[in-house]
Amino acid sequence: MEWASQLCENRGLGSKMTDSKYFTTTKKGEIFELKAELNSDKKEKKKEAVKKVIASMTVGKDVSALFPDVVNCMQTDNLELKKLVYLYLMNYAKSQPDMAIMAVNTFVKLVEDQGFLDTLKDLISDSNPMVVANAVAALSEIAESHPNSNLLDLNPQTINKLLTALNECTEWGQIFILDCLANYTPRDDRESQSICERVTPRLSHANSAVVLSAVKVLMKFMEMLPKDLDYYGTLLKKLAPPLVTLLSAEPELQYVALRNINLIVQKRPEILKHEMKVFFVKYNDPIYVKLEKLDIMIRLASQANIAQVLAELKEYATEVDVDFVRKAVRAIGRCAIKVEQSAERCVSTLLDLIQTKVNYVVQEAIVVIKDIFRKYPNKYESVIATLCENLDSLDEPEARAAMIWIVGEYAERIDNADELLESFLEGFHDESTQVQLQLLTAIVKLFLKKPTETQELVQQVLSLATQDSDNPDLRDRGYIYWRLLSTDPVAAKEVVLAEKPLISEETDLIEPTLLEELICHIGTLASVYHKPPSAFVEGSRGVQHKRLHARAGSGESAENTDVGQTGPSEAPSAVIPSQGDLLGDLLNLDLAPPTTTIPSVQPTMQMGAMDLLGGGLDGLLGGDLGGSPSMGAGLGVAPAAMPATLGGAPAVGGGLGDLFDLGGGVGMPSGSYVSPKTVWLPAMKAKGLEISGTFARRSGVIQMDLSLTNKAMSVMVDFAIQFNKNSFGLAPAGPLQILTPLSPNQTIDVSLPLSTVGPIMKMEPLNNLQFTHRQIHVHATQELNATFENTQRDRGNCQYPLSLLFVEDGKMDRQVFLATWKDIPSENESQFQIKDIHLNSDAATNKLQGINIFTIAKRTVEGQDMLYQSVKLTNGIWVLAELRMQTVNPNYMLSVKCRAPEVSQFVYQCYELVLRN
Amino acid sequence: MIHSLFLVNASGDIFLEKHWKSVVSRSVCDYFFEALERATEPENVPPVIPTPHHFLINVLRHRIYFVAVIQSEVPPLFVIEFLHRVVDTFQDYFGVCTEAAIKDNVVVVYELLEEMLDNGFPLATESNILKELIKPPTILRTVVNTITGSTNVGEQLPTGQLSVVPWRRTGVKYTNNEAYFDVIEEIDAIIDKSGSTITAEIQGVVDACVKLTGMPDLTLSFMNPRLLDDVSFHPCVRFKRWEAERILSFIPPDGNFRLLSYHVSSQNLVAIPVYVKHNISFREGSSQGRFELTLGPKQTMGKTVESVLVSSQLPRGVLNANLTPSQGTYTFDPVTKLLSWEVGKINPQKLPSLKGSMSLQTGASKPDENPSINIQFKIQQLAISGLKVNRLDMYGEKYKPFKGIKYMTKAGKFQVRT
Repeated sequence: MEWASQLCENRGLGSKMTDSKYFTTTKKGEIFELKAELNSDKKEKKKEAVKKVIASMTVGKDVSALFPDVVNCMQTDNLELKKLVYLYLMNYAKSQPDMAIMAVNTFVKLVEDQGFLDTLKDLISDSNPMVVANAVAALSEIAESHPNSNLLDLNPQTINKLLTALNECTEWGQIFILDCLANYTPRDDRESQSICERVTPRLSHANSAVVLSAVKVLMKFMEMLPKDLDYYGTLLKKLAPPLVTLLSAEPELQYVALRNINLIVQKRPEILKHEMKVFFVKYNDPIYVKLEKLDIMIRLASQANIAQVLAELKEYATEVDVDFVRKAVRAIGRCAIKVEQSAERCVSTLLDLIQTKVNYVVQEAIVVIKDIFRKYPNKYESVIATLCENLDSLDEPEARAAMIWIVGEYAERIDNADELLESFLEGFHDESTQVQLQLLTAIVKLFLKKPTETQELVQQVLSLATQDSDNPDLRDRGYIYWRLLSTDPVAAKEVVLAEKPLISEETDLIEPTLLEELICHIGTLASVYHKPPSAFVEGSRGVQHKRLHARAGSGESAENTDVGQTGPSEAPSAVIPSQGDLLGDLLNLDLAPPTTTIPSVQPTMQMGAMDLLGGGLDGLLGGDLGGSPSMGAGLGVAPAAMPATLGGAPAVGGGLGDLFDLGGGVGMPSGSYVSPKTVWLPAMKAKGLEISGTFARRSGVIQMDLSLTNKAMSVMVDFAIQFNKNSFGLAPAGPLQILTPLSPNQTIDVSLPLSTVGPIMKMEPLNNLQFTHRQIHVHATQELNATFENTQRDRGNCQYPLSLLFVEDGKMDRQVFLATWKDIPSENESQFQIKDIHLNSDAATNKLQGINIFTIAKRTVEGQDMLYQSVKLTNGIWVLAELRMQTVNPNYMLSVKCRAPEVSQFVYQCYELVLRN
Repeated sequence: MIHSLFLVNASGDIFLEKHWKSVVSRSVCDYFFEALERATEPENVPPVIPTPHHFLINVLRHRIYFVAVIQSEVPPLFVIEFLHRVVDTFQDYFGVCTEAAIKDNVVVVYELLEEMLDNGFPLATESNILKELIKPPTILRTVVNTITGSTNVGEQLPTGQLSVVPWRRTGVKYTNNEAYFDVIEEIDAIIDKSGSTITAEIQGVVDACVKLTGMPDLTLSFMNPRLLDDVSFHPCVRFKRWEAERILSFIPPDGNFRLLSYHVSSQNLVAIPVYVKHNISFREGSSQGRFELTLGPKQTMGKTVESVLVSSQLPRGVLNANLTPSQGTYTFDPVTKLLSWEVGKINPQKLPSLKGSMSLQTGASKPDENPSINIQFKIQQLAISGLKVNRLDMYGEKYKPFKGIKYMTKAGKFQVRT
């Protein structure tokens, strides 16, 4: 019983409730009595009744029957009564959910009506600092869940009140107030300075969360101070000691502090530039602290302190923890790249470490030495001999790839480079992609440097990469090299052995815009994860992206440029690799596994004597720009066929990107048959848009050529097309490229490249394709001088010739053909007759080759020509065919054998189509 | 704010949970256990662990993980600070913070947690206020409570909470008025092979035990306040006065509290009170290694170095150590490879040493790593930074208090590389 009264008291009800009289009612009809009292007109009586109800509730009596009556009592302006009802509600809400919802609605109404929020806002100006702090906390919490409500409108008056309360409220309250202050944008630098001055004492607080919140406010407002102000320098000096002090706290605090310091040193390295030593790792630091400290050490490394840093790093490299040792070794390499004067010392330190022969140390060292070579080319190659000694111990892909890169890059100085690379080649297919790509490049480099001895090697690697590999990246790169080498070795040399751009000094810097946002979130989870809050915090919908506000320029333009340097405009250059880098990456240096997926382009293997890199190229390209549906090497192919990395910088050398386009075109007769467009979606069905189209396979890329005609009165914009699941996984490889609006009665032709990596579902008939087309109709109404838009979606249906899916490398080996033909059971064989064809066998062969039906052998028996042909589909199905033609009889006989007999019918259609046209 | 708290013991069992808002299922701790499993050492569990719907922030103290569950963006330091405060409070209340102590006092623990956090927001975290709200358990009170069925919860609302000096209760009365201050300094240092200092810094604190009647207003001044350029104060200290006059002026909380903590990092101010001569060597091809260690005093301002404890994590290849200490006792754990030597006092006339041989696994190659030596020590009556209290004055009350000041220097993370 006493406990119950305690409970009420702890809830802060205030009144002197020593009396246990509320618990004493034992009469019959108690509930009834209470009910009457609850509905009484007298306020006092009501309150007493609710207290009795709650007393009964706390001793476990069921008073849920009184729910409606108690809830009715809520509509009062007596705060105490309201709280009591609230207690009751909390207890019974679960057992009476419907009633509870009603009650909650009443609460909401009360909140809206009585303006509790306004009261809360007024409380910010309360004289008790504790009240202010709690009001701020409450408002911040509400504001978080209602991003659009402008609850905390901060103005100089409220800011002033907050700053006053800051000095007097509890530590936790200070955190709320400081976090709230950080959202304010001062009007000018004087206000900014005065806020900073009043926040600075918080840096000496014992609570580290207060300190870090204060640091956040200062970091943010500092941005608005003129740099030549004395106060600016003072402030910078004041920021260092508290940050250092945070590092002597418990490890968990240190960790959060270090993550934030990492941001701070990126933004303003000057603050901690003299404090390197506090980041030295103690051997009993937890690993998460060690790794963070190491990161900051590298960021702070400069010519002045590099000797110390290196000595430390070398010490760490002999520690027990493998992860830490690896990171320490890597750090030495980063120092070499960052501080040029120290490079030599770093290299010799790394060599010392390699001598230890500790496996992971050696591998890590080789990876970083590769980076050092990139930064200082032709400077430290004397160490290569030492590196080569450790070739056999490398078992991690990254280290192997790095070593191979080094061998390739310095092939002319390594006598046995060919032997070394050959040793890697043995297990080519077991290597990771990273190593395979690197090995391919290295051998090509070696070949270009020492062509005489290594011809065999290069052929071996090219065939391994192009023929035996199913990795599209590797294959593509193999083809590029192959063609480059076979057409113009001089150009190949220029491309492959081009001077590489130097790598940038600082790696893994946070992108400047993100850094600015994170600086505004110092001390939060975002700062620990180095991700914007919107990226991971649940319930932070509508989190506004905070930005640092640069100083409002008051005439001093010199300052502005200074500020600008930290702004986003200039910074991307450091982060987004330049074009040159891309080229370098593609050809030499993608030590990281490629992340882009390239739609598989499978060019033919016939190396025509084409002038691939010469002037003919431009002409060829220029001529095709017209975009007629029958062009040989469609320009539209480019975006689909080029890897995404190139897509970002289409201007890379001109020739390189084009190589992709042209590759497929080689050896392809230009006149391959494309059926005329047919109407797929009549205007009647699609609210005025007529879609007609056809399919073509050009340069190994499947294309859908569409003509869109606007037969409606409204302008159409924003076209898009989507395919339903189909038998061969056809899907658009890119968006529909229609940039201009389509006016009434206008027709537009567009080519859409397709890929075969979409979702697959067997269709009836097999080659049926259903698609959905969407466009937006814009109606202009003259009366209102306004436009209306409505979106129209239409379903269309079309059938594509199977020849679309005949790939360029569908030529089967003779022996394989024979074996396969025998292997396929005869029930899978279908016979077709193609009537009235007047072609000789050579012409037929040529025509069929145009759609990738390859003739493997020809036999002439008794005036009958027999052509044995093979076709491969994009999904890997092989189709074998025998075409019999008699010189006297215009009717051809076609036998088709395939493991998937359902395609035979469509193969036959292709034969007929192409032979007739 | 803070949603829930789970207490996890060293063997990975949740032995206490407390929810301030809705109940979060224990299963959320599975993510913590995963991280625990991945960590090689208990202290290597990352402090912040993301889960699909929550974040787990944990601290490890006294071999207990305090795992807080938060749901929205909350400053992690806020949570970590709070958790440490919880541990401090438990320690304050129960003398020790162990699983057993927490289980024995589970009622008080819940009462404390309920008062410290209100709907996830910190409410009363000052030990003075808490002690008014919830009386610390004593044997007598426990007996009385068991008999009468009453609780430790105080009868009155704490008076301080709404006053201008929230850290002090009103109406304090003592028959003996006394104020004691302890200046305790810890040296964190890394000494390299050759004996030169790589880094050294001092973490100092001034802890106070003030038992004064009424509302005393104290001022404390130092002989050399310039040493203190990086300080954090108890909220009672008037910061303006410090800025202007370098004098600590404050109305103290009642009882024990930390008045000030400071940090001295400029190296020329940090004296290193001990030196170590060491020779730990392994020969290639031999299954024996030599171990020699000698300690000596250095820059101790004439004071004795006491309670010296040397520990070192020997390389994994070491099977056993056969050593002879000139004083004290040593132990070597062949499983953890931890060597520890309780030295006691350092006598400058007869330097303590530990010498002998280590046996290695036969055929094993020479260990790569160099063991580092950890040293703990105490020096009474000395603040190694040279900080000295000048005087302590009391205003606002009439009586004469008894004043005392004590200095002590300890080793913090003091490590010597070999």
